Parts: sequence; C-alpha cells; structure tokens
Amino acid sequence: MLTYSLRRLMWTPVLLVFVSFFVFLLGTYGPGDPVEIRLGNNYTPELAERLRDRLGLNDPFPVQYGRFLGRALRGDLGESLTFRGRDVITLIGPKLLTSAQLNVAGAIVAFGFGTPLGFYAAKRQGTWIDPSLVVGALVIFALPVFLTGPLAILVFAVNLDWVPVSGWGGLFDYRVVLPALTTGLPGIAVFVRLMRASTLDVLGQEYIQMARSKGLRASVVNYRHVARNALLPIITILGFTIAGLFGGSLITELIFGIPGIGRLALDSVFSRDYPVITALTLLGAVSLVVANLVIDIIYTLIDPRIRLR
Amino acid sequence: MAARELPESVSAEAEAPARSPLGLAWARLRRKKLAMAAMTVLAVLYLSGIFAPVISGVLGKDYSDQNLPKAQHGPDGENWFGTDILGRDIFIRVIWGIQTTVIITLATTLTGSLVLGVSLGLMAGYFRGKTDTAIMRLGEVVSSFPDILLIILIAATLRPRIVEAVRDFEDATFFSGLVSTGLVDFIVIGIALLPLTWFGTMRLVRGQVLAIRDAQFVESARATGVSTARMLARHIFPNVVSPLIVTISFGLGAIALSEVVLSFFGLGVQVGRPSLGRMIGETIGRTGSSGPSVLQNHPEQLIAPIAVVFLMIFCWNLLGDALNDVLNPRTR
Repeated sequence: MLTYSLRRLMWTPVLLVFVSFFVFLLGTYGPGDPVEIRLGNNYTPELAERLRDRLGLNDPFPVQYGRFLGRALRGDLGESLTFRGRDVITLIGPKLLTSAQLNVAGAIVAFGFGTPLGFYAAKRQGTWIDPSLVVGALVIFALPVFLTGPLAILVFAVNLDWVPVSGWGGLFDYRVVLPALTTGLPGIAVFVRLMRASTLDVLGQEYIQMARSKGLRASVVNYRHVARNALLPIITILGFTIAGLFGGSLITELIFGIPGIGRLALDSVFSRDYPVITALTLLGAVSLVVANLVIDIIYTLIDPRIRLR
Repeated sequence: MAARELPESVSAEAEAPARSPLGLAWARLRRKKLAMAAMTVLAVLYLSGIFAPVISGVLGKDYSDQNLPKAQHGPDGENWFGTDILGRDIFIRVIWGIQTTVIITLATTLTGSLVLGVSLGLMAGYFRGKTDTAIMRLGEVVSSFPDILLIILIAATLRPRIVEAVRDFEDATFFSGLVSTGLVDFIVIGIALLPLTWFGTMRLVRGQVLAIRDAQFVESARATGVSTARMLARHIFPNVVSPLIVTISFGLGAIALSEVVLSFFGLGVQVGRPSLGRMIGETIGRTGSSGPSVLQNHPEQLIAPIAVVFLMIFCWNLLGDALNDVLNPRTR
C-alpha cells in the first residue's frame, strides 16, 4: 500500500512534465504569430525581431520550454494576448471557480438521483422495473445537452416562469437548479448503470446470504451490508467528474450564459489566445491527474480489501 | 438471470451444433427485439448518410440550394422537415450532416480503435516489460487531458498547419481543389478525436491478452514453434474479438457525439458541408452568431438534427448493452 502510494506520488510529477511538454508543443507550433498579434498595426520586421528577442522567442526550443516550465511552477502562466496586460491566472481564476461550482452541482444531481435508482433497479432484478430503468437510463444518457438545456429553459423559464432564463449566482443561488439538472442528467444514467452493476455484484456475495440467514432485518441488510459496499467502487468515478470541470459543462455554460471556463476556452480558441488555451489545458490536466491520485489513495484507505501494487 | 436465458442458448446450440461462437452470439442477438430495432435504425441512418448524394440526386435538391421566399417554412410535402433561415431543405441537410458524422466516426474507429488500439494492446499485453510500460505511460499522458479541451486544442492548432501542407501539395502537383473538398477538415477532426479512441481499446485488449497469454493453448502453440506474428493473429486476437465488438459499439456512439459537439462549437468540418452539430449550434445561437436566436421563433428546426443525434447515441449504446449480454455472458 505504502509503496504503491509512493510510486504513484513519484510518477505524478513525471506525468505532469510530459503533459506540460505536450501542451507547450501545441501552443508553440500552433498557428498565428504572437508577436504579430501584439504589434498589430505597428508591425515592422525590425520591431518584431526586437520584441521576439525580448520575449525570448528566438531561443532554442528546449530553453523556451524550460522557461515555460519554471514560470508555470511559480504560478505564472503568461499574459493573455487578447486581454492585454491581464495575467492568465487572474483571468482564469474566477471563471474556474464558477465552472467548479456548476460541476459540483451537476455531480450532486447525478449522484443523488443516479445511485438510489441504480440500487433500486438491482433490487428489482427480474421484474419489469429493472429493464425499464436500464433503458430509461440509456434514453437519458443519449439526450444531448443542447436538447435538454434549451428545453429546460423553454419549459421552466419561458412557459412556467419559475426561474429567470439565464443568470448565475453561485452554488447556493436558486438559479443554479436548471444548469445543474442539465449538466447532471447524463451523469444520472452513468451512476444508475454503475450502481446497478455494483449492487448486483454485492448481492451475489456470501456475506449477504450470511447476514440474511442470521435473521437481520431486510432494511439493515440492504443499507448496512449491500448499499454501503456497493457504493465503494462508485467513488472512483468521482475522479472523472472532476474532468468534467473543464470540458463537460462547456455547452451548458453557453446555453445558460454562465460566466465559466467554457466561454473563455471557446473565445480564446477563436482569437488564437494561446497562453489562455495552454493554461486551461494544463490546469485541466493537472487537476485531473491529482484528483485521480487522491481518489485512488482514498479508495485503498477506505476499502482495506484493495491492495494495489 | 442466467437460469432464465439458459433454454435459449441451449436451443440455439441444438439448432446448429457446429456454429462458431460469433454465430451463436448472433443467434442470441437476433432474439433481442430491442437490439434488432436499434440495428435497423442505425442501418437506416448510416445508409442514408452514405447515400446522401444519391438521395439528393433523386430528389433533385442540393444541400446548398437556397429558396429565400420560402425561408423558415414548416414541414410540408416539398420540404419534409421544413426549411432553414436561408430556405435550404432541412431534410437534405440532415442527410448530408449524417454523412459527415458517419465518415468521421468510421474513419476514427478504424484508425484509432482498430488499428492503433488493437495492435498496441496486443503488443503491450504480449511482450509486457518495457513495451508495456512505454505504451501505458503514453496512454496515461494522453488520457490525463480533459478530452473536449484537448480535442478543441488539437483541432484549432492543427487545422492551419494541415491546410498549409495540403496547399503546398496542391501547388507542387497537379491536384487542385483538395482544400475546398473538405478533405483537410476530415483529416483534422479525425486526428483530433484519435486520443479519445485508442487508449480505451488498447487497455481492453491488453487486459485480455494478459489474462490469456499464459493459458495452455498459447503455451502449446509456442511449443510447436509458431511465429510471434502468427501467434498474435491466430491464437491471441480471436480471444479478444468479443469484448472488442462491445467496446466499438459503445465507442461509435461516443465519437459521434464528440464530432457533433466539435462542430456545434464551430470547430468541425468547415467548408459549406452541413453537419449536425453546426445545424444545432446555428439554431441555438452559440457563441459568435449574432441576431435573435432562431430557437425562440422556430424551435421545430431543431427536431430533425437533434433526433438523429439522439438516435445515434441511444442505438449504439443499446446495441452495445445487448452485445455485451450475448458475447460476454460471464460479466453479467
């Protein structure tokens, strides 16, 4: 256990170096000349050459990459090309917080609806309830966000007028409900399927038979023995929920006009703002890697049967 | 569950005792009505996409034909799904949009999943050691990126480079018009979606190979002096096919969705060719488009493209589930 954690911990920085190298490569060899963009109408070859020298763009590639890595480690990811003089980090920070809140809300929806339904489906295996829940989950999974989002707006905001059409007030504002439902909906299906499989797995175990045969009440067996054990593997999926932090809710953010990462990512792609794109990709990768590491370690701690090598 | 399905498989075996495992699975699959319905829907969608030029020819309509006096018109006998803001026929545009998605999903699955994923997985599992470590680590790096952002980044940085390269190629040779056919876009999107596809297949194949590489039949094949290539192709690979089919069925749905999302953001195939994602994006009024969104006044224009996207994802997943049931009975 300890050696496994240590090995994972030692591998993580190496992985992150590879990731950053890849991101830097894409950013450097991407189209558009940052010097040209920066100079705009004042562009002259001499001026461009001077600026290039000053920014270190004439240095050999490894030197540039080393400098990028050094700065990144100190939290300096450069300056946005479109928003002149704005630190990429200060630009991304608040938007990241917004997207994170939306994703937490979406994960709560997905987990909160998905796991009980999956558990219920497994308990009702062999009746019509189980297959209809499974197919229902598939339907939900296949509903694209660009259908459910506008539909939710049309029904709840325009026709019923329960909530405003768009707007954002953070995780504890009532306006979070529609975007959270939209983001979380496909996730519900994922959790239903996982929880159903996991519960069926646990139900087949001998210790469940044992618990029943020693005369424990059904509710005790269900919740203390089945549900709690079935939930364990579900935890590993939470790592992927973090991945959605950067990409998954892009469309939701656009549809509901939420000032998160999604808009910024798209705008910077279209305006060729490479420092912002590379920073977003890098941050996304780092948080995904770290989250998966943490979850792996937590998982082995709470489930002593797991002995990863 | 197993007990209930038993008579079925017994009768299937009784009917045709000499059938291959895949033949048996097919016989079991044919009994699943939902799966067969899903296959039919997918066949109709994919065929109409592939034969889009024929359908447009028969109907005498092209995806770029504009009929401004009849813009934003509802469905009628002439325009089955209505017309869009420029009076273009939505039915024809949807069919061509399907073609775009079909080309990209099939090309990406073939190159990424089948060629790259299977060969790397076979190598990693069979040779183990350094080969395995290198391939797995590379996969870890690629899979540690948030997929949509990585796809967007690759699509955005790669496109101009490839366009440039193809233009140079056009100048140097007698080929012309390659850029305008949209070929470049297909290449770019195909490459951008690759990282999403190969790693999953690779890991699956590797796991299967690791599980059987020490089995007795492998050992005896090795003892008779079978070459490595033949060993992988004839003895190992057939044991990987069943789970592979299941993954590919799920994968085709996922890639189709990624393609739609990419073109929804305006990063998909860019030439005048219709694509489902862009049709939806333009109607909803994604970033960059101006003026009042079509969505408010003519939401019915969304029905056809969204229904197609929904059916593609839904049917591939439904089929994947059914395939999993008939091909991998142990995992049920």
